[in-house]
Amino acid sequence: MATLATAPAPATTSSPPQVTWGRVRQSRRLADRLLKVVSALFTAIGVFALGWILLMLLWQGFAALGPSVFLHTMPGPGSAGGGLLNAMAGSLIMTTIGIVVATPIGVLAGTYLAEYARTSKLASGIRFVNDILLSAPSILIGLFVYTLLVAPFGAYSGWAGGVALAIIAVPVIVRTTEDMLRLVPNGLREAAAALGAPPSRVITLVTWRAARAGIVTGILLATARIAGETAPLLFTALNNNFWFSPSLIGGVSNLPVTIYQFALSPYTNWQELAWAGALIITITILGLSVLARFVIKREVAR
Amino acid sequence: MSSVASNEHVVASPSSVGSGRISHSGFDRGFRAAAIGCAALVLLVLVGIIGSMIWGGLPAFREFGFFGFVGGSTWNVGADRYGAWPAIAGTLSSSLIALVIGVPLSLGIAIFLTQLSPAWLKGPISTAVELLAAVPSIIYGMWGLFVFAPLVANYVQIPLNALVEGVPIVGTVLYSRVPSGTGIFTAGIILALMIIPFIASVTRDMLDQIPPVLRESAYGIGCTTWEVVRHVLVPQAGISIIGAIMLGLGRALGETMAVTFVIGNANRLSSSIFDPGSTIASRIANEFNEAADLQLSALIALGCILFLVTFSVLVAARLLIARVQAR
Repeated sequence: MATLATAPAPATTSSPPQVTWGRVRQSRRLADRLLKVVSALFTAIGVFALGWILLMLLWQGFAALGPSVFLHTMPGPGSAGGGLLNAMAGSLIMTTIGIVVATPIGVLAGTYLAEYARTSKLASGIRFVNDILLSAPSILIGLFVYTLLVAPFGAYSGWAGGVALAIIAVPVIVRTTEDMLRLVPNGLREAAAALGAPPSRVITLVTWRAARAGIVTGILLATARIAGETAPLLFTALNNNFWFSPSLIGGVSNLPVTIYQFALSPYTNWQELAWAGALIITITILGLSVLARFVIKREVAR
Repeated sequence: MSSVASNEHVVASPSSVGSGRISHSGFDRGFRAAAIGCAALVLLVLVGIIGSMIWGGLPAFREFGFFGFVGGSTWNVGADRYGAWPAIAGTLSSSLIALVIGVPLSLGIAIFLTQLSPAWLKGPISTAVELLAAVPSIIYGMWGLFVFAPLVANYVQIPLNALVEGVPIVGTVLYSRVPSGTGIFTAGIILALMIIPFIASVTRDMLDQIPPVLRESAYGIGCTTWEVVRHVLVPQAGISIIGAIMLGLGRALGETMAVTFVIGNANRLSSSIFDPGSTIASRIANEFNEAADLQLSALIALGCILFLVTFSVLVAARLLIARVQAR
């Protein structure tokens, strides 16, 4: 029925498609066309959404960005001007604490999984738990660190914020370290062991060196991941509109929570600062991700 | 550069062998212990999270009973009565909307990238999708609140209100009392955008792992692209695609900041998907810093429920993906 109804029309106007699809049923042809059009359309929607978000961010962010953002501390309610200097400093400090704590733990744990216990039951259990932690809700990590480090001491602190970020960074580093160490050919390990090197020397002098670029990539990706995290900082570092104390005890100002509070505030200059902060944080994170790709690509090319 | 360094070490080591032997094995043992310790720390963190949630939530569970707390539909700070159901319902319904919208989009993207895309387009689109994953959630929240919510209010809610007002059932589910643009529906769409990169990239990897011979032989006997996808790729990668979807679901259930921006943060249960609501994560983010005593405990108990739900979803996802990879 369908073939009878539609077949005459193309036959008169154009014959080549009729020939290529000669004995293909209309329904098969339709399903095929539909799949192609729909999946191309969906891809276009995805790319369009990303473009929309990024363009809006650039537009609003650059409109609000000026030297004062980097030179002044956060403005009080209702006062004009101001910047994000203390928020950026706090974020930088806490991200650094997070990465400094997470790097040795993550690299050593990844080394254990890849070098000491490739096939043991304990190792596969740890690998599984690590994968779960990789996508665990970050707000729960905030709650955990709150009960661990904030409630007992009775004060919010930058240290608690740093630890919360470290807990998020560790699984990323463990995963990439293990994957990268597994790519190191066994011949290298055997050669080093044949020279009489004990396992620790084999790992530190041979396999770590061979996988260096991959491990650095993991650390960069972990930094990118924690730099924009807001939820775990809400209950650990809180926020602070002024300069935080050098001991990092008490609320420590940070960029993500500041963006959250300023964006929802009724003051125009606060909202503009939120856009400027959002732009700074996104550029930092995308820059770190691109850098991570560059590091691993250069290593592959070598 | 690095070869020079290792040569120097080889030359230098014989002189230090005599004195270094004992500390050498000591270092070896210490290194091994440190590696095991750090790996155990990963386990310990998970145990710590579970423990702290149960410990902190215990007073609330005791006060209302586990099922009383989960099923309770009032969250009244003034009267000190807490029930989790509105937040649980908000979490589940926003995640469901996210899946309904996000899954077809991500599968479409994965199929486009692996089967249809011209080679020159593959790299840029993959990069764009991965960048979408790297954008921090707070940016999605701001975009949702300032750009997307007004559009929903003007072009979806107001016309829809005029259309469905007074209609039974449909009129309840789709009618928005205050067409402000914020609500469970908007949160679901933002969540859909956020889970697309995860589902799409895992699905793409799974489709790439299928041996090309299978695909080629199907094309060779005259299959169309649709038939190759339907009868070759989906049966081959089906279970792992479900795993990828559950991974995305795990993300959607626990997402905090983006949802807090756009969901409207209402404490009551609502029958319309356009009304403001709250999720477990947004409730915790909003109230935790001002909470004390029983409210604090109730919020941690909410966290405990969120943990149980996401944990089981993520475990199922990992098991499904691992089963396929082992094969």
